[in-house]
Amino acid sequence: MAVRQVAVVGAGPAGLAAAEAALSAGATVTVIESAEQPGGQYHRMLPRAYQATHPQRLQHHWRAFERRRRALLHPDCTWWPECTVWALEQAEPGMPPRVHVLDGSVDGTGRPRRVLEPDALVLATGVHDRVLPFPGWELPGVFTAGAAQALAKGERVVVGDRVVIAGTGPFLLPVAASLTEAGAGVLAVLEANRPATVLRGWASRPWELAAQVGKAAELAEYVVGQVRHKVPYAMGQAVIEARGDGRVEEVVIARVDPDWSVIAGSERTLAVDALCVSHGFSPQLELPMAAGCALTAAGFVEVDEDQRCSAPGVYAAGEITGIAGAPAAVAEGTVAGWFAAGGAPAAVSAARRRAAAGRAFARRLARAHPIGTAWPDWLREQTVVCRCEETTYAALCRAAGAPTREDPRAVRLATRAGLGPCQARICGQTVTEITARAREQADAPRAEPHRRPIAQPIRLGELAAPAAQAGPSDRPNMKESES
Amino acid sequence: MYGTRVVVLGAGIVGAACARELAEAGLEVTVIERDRPAGGTTSHGEGNVLVSDKGPGPELALTLLSMRLWPQVLAALADRGAADTAAVEWDPKGGIVVATTEDGAAELDRFAAAQRAAGVLVERLDSAALAAAEPRLTREVTAAFHYSGDAQVQPAGAATALLSAAVAAGATVRTGCEVLGGTVRGGRLIGVRTSAGAQDADIVVNATGPWSGDVSARIGAPIAVRPRRGEVLVTTPMPPTVFHKVYGADYIAAVGSGSAALQTSAVVESTRAGTILLGSSRRQVGFDDRLRPHVLSAIAVKALRLFPCLADTAVMRCYGGFRPYVDDHLPVMGPDPRLPGLWHATGHEGAGIGLSVGTARLLRQLVLGETPDIDTTAFRVDRPAVLGASNATTTHKERGLA
Repeated sequence: MAVRQVAVVGAGPAGLAAAEAALSAGATVTVIESAEQPGGQYHRMLPRAYQATHPQRLQHHWRAFERRRRALLHPDCTWWPECTVWALEQAEPGMPPRVHVLDGSVDGTGRPRRVLEPDALVLATGVHDRVLPFPGWELPGVFTAGAAQALAKGERVVVGDRVVIAGTGPFLLPVAASLTEAGAGVLAVLEANRPATVLRGWASRPWELAAQVGKAAELAEYVVGQVRHKVPYAMGQAVIEARGDGRVEEVVIARVDPDWSVIAGSERTLAVDALCVSHGFSPQLELPMAAGCALTAAGFVEVDEDQRCSAPGVYAAGEITGIAGAPAAVAEGTVAGWFAAGGAPAAVSAARRRAAAGRAFARRLARAHPIGTAWPDWLREQTVVCRCEETTYAALCRAAGAPTREDPRAVRLATRAGLGPCQARICGQTVTEITARAREQADAPRAEPHRRPIAQPIRLGELAAPAAQAGPSDRPNMKESES
Repeated sequence: MYGTRVVVLGAGIVGAACARELAEAGLEVTVIERDRPAGGTTSHGEGNVLVSDKGPGPELALTLLSMRLWPQVLAALADRGAADTAAVEWDPKGGIVVATTEDGAAELDRFAAAQRAAGVLVERLDSAALAAAEPRLTREVTAAFHYSGDAQVQPAGAATALLSAAVAAGATVRTGCEVLGGTVRGGRLIGVRTSAGAQDADIVVNATGPWSGDVSARIGAPIAVRPRRGEVLVTTPMPPTVFHKVYGADYIAAVGSGSAALQTSAVVESTRAGTILLGSSRRQVGFDDRLRPHVLSAIAVKALRLFPCLADTAVMRCYGGFRPYVDDHLPVMGPDPRLPGLWHATGHEGAGIGLSVGTARLLRQLVLGETPDIDTTAFRVDRPAVLGASNATTTHKERGLA
């Protein structure tokens, strides 16, 4: 049998594990990553220019990561950092899509186009923060928790001295930890869900499950960190408004019901210089959608126990299949890479078990930290929902309420919500939920907001230039690999 | 005709316009839409209301009728409320057609002269006037003509406004309701069977655009309307750069071509939101909507030939749709001679947005037995290009530049 060529998109924990497994199964591998360095969000590294002597500060599982990223130096592995997949083209029936790559960073110019035709494609593109809109959310000084953590981990930049972290999910804790480690002052961490909701979601023996996917120690460490830094952690509380003149100066905190309705009279204000919000994560679905992969009811990529997607030759791993943390992502990546390379099932049964446990963990996590349905009540008429196009809540409700404008596309065209430069990555889910609520529909279609056939912006000059077919060992930009 | 029950199939712009005309004429109108209003071809184009690409002939006559009607329609919508009119985003920006070769210039000259003789407002621009009108356009232009009649709408907004007007006039809209077949009694169509039950009708109007062929086959009287794929690139919002609808003369030949293979030509215009729309492509690939980078690349090549200054402009999305294509490039409207009770209003290819209001007016006049404003013989259902592939190879419409 000819050597299989595997393309891996994304060099976070899942993508690196996939590359490592595919190499050990005998495939040639190309790893495509938009950042300069491997690691993804979890192992976000300082830029090489910083020449950090202790790059592992603020990092977990650093040794395993160090080993895994050595896969990129393997003679059968081609490492394409700062490369952007702008399109996937479903060409041959039964084959994975062609991978159309721009050789250069996301905002580069004059980037040559290259096309890969792999035998199998592993998508490990991860997630970005989901942030619900609320009055004042567009003020400077309001960060996504992920961005604040990235600044701390990736630049050692501290977002403020009086920071509130709010939203839902266990990610609030590592963000608080990263921020305090980097020297920020964290006033409070607010989890909007109540203890009852969280406990019910975790069901029985949650710690055992966490231990299975390697998260228990990390969680325990965060809790210890919280205690050490005396950061107050409150549940059933939410930031429902940010205020300030040109910059966030105070936040309005309220106690909320299990559905996140504000308990009248519970509002109080707190002076801050930064606010970090996180309401879970949105998977980066444009590439899976372009490849023709089916999604689950919860809006993640559907995979079988071999991490196979519904589209032929396409595998998915990591958080695009569900949020379960880095160790689960590694297990999924191992399984995906191994099967993408045509490996025999027996060799990865342990990783397969870990991946299955990870999926169970993801389901519990999602149940424990749901998004309350009453959050749109926090909005005012003039609250901006789509920041690119400045579509207000009132405009959206008005458009969605027109009896002849049932089509979500017609609502978007009428309000321009989601049509701006971010292409609905920030507001897509929000707009869908507000539209459905305005019509009192329970099940709004989920897939449409993620349809972005052009997955990343491409300049007209780049598009007009002919593309080169890239072989498995082509190193387009000859960048020096990190060793 | 009061009490006549009309079922309009399709809530795209043509169906919406027909529903409005027929409901305002007092007929009992039900619109049946498989998916949702304006969710198909209508919302997947640029919103063209063009006279510039039409050579003398019946389609130009329909265009000129539509051009006369649009201001009346907009005024009527305005009477209903400001929101509807605003949603239409009517923009009489005018079109500029340019040739970049000497041969192209000569052909464009002849084409424009013939249009002028047929009543089209068209004005030749010298290089100074062109530079004033489109300062960022390439200077490598051999001829340029300005068409003050060309306009653009936000097509989903226009269709929605027309449909709302139909509802206000008494029409009913049933969405998520797919036509499964026709109910025929005594050789006459007396209703349709749908995924949501039966719907009686004295008249059924097939306005399902590129799906008209399939829908008519389900009803038992197939017509040869096929999908022709097109793609549009959308740039990130930018400062004003393109002020008219600007397109290359080869667009007219591509529109008139009968080839199934890829045709591309440059069509460049901006929208109110600041984005620039870049077209166009034509392919016959059935309903295959998969992304084809080589098609997008071909569009980019042609667009840059007209506007080299856009080379570093980022394309942030693309969309594509299916035009309802007929071999002789003429719309289909009127009764189906094979099945009394069945009517068609379809086959406008890429011109359905602009031609919707004229088509609806003519359909109303035909249904009511009035003399239509223009001769509709060329659009009749009973012609070889419509009634079957066996007859469809003979006639190709004569077009100015084709």
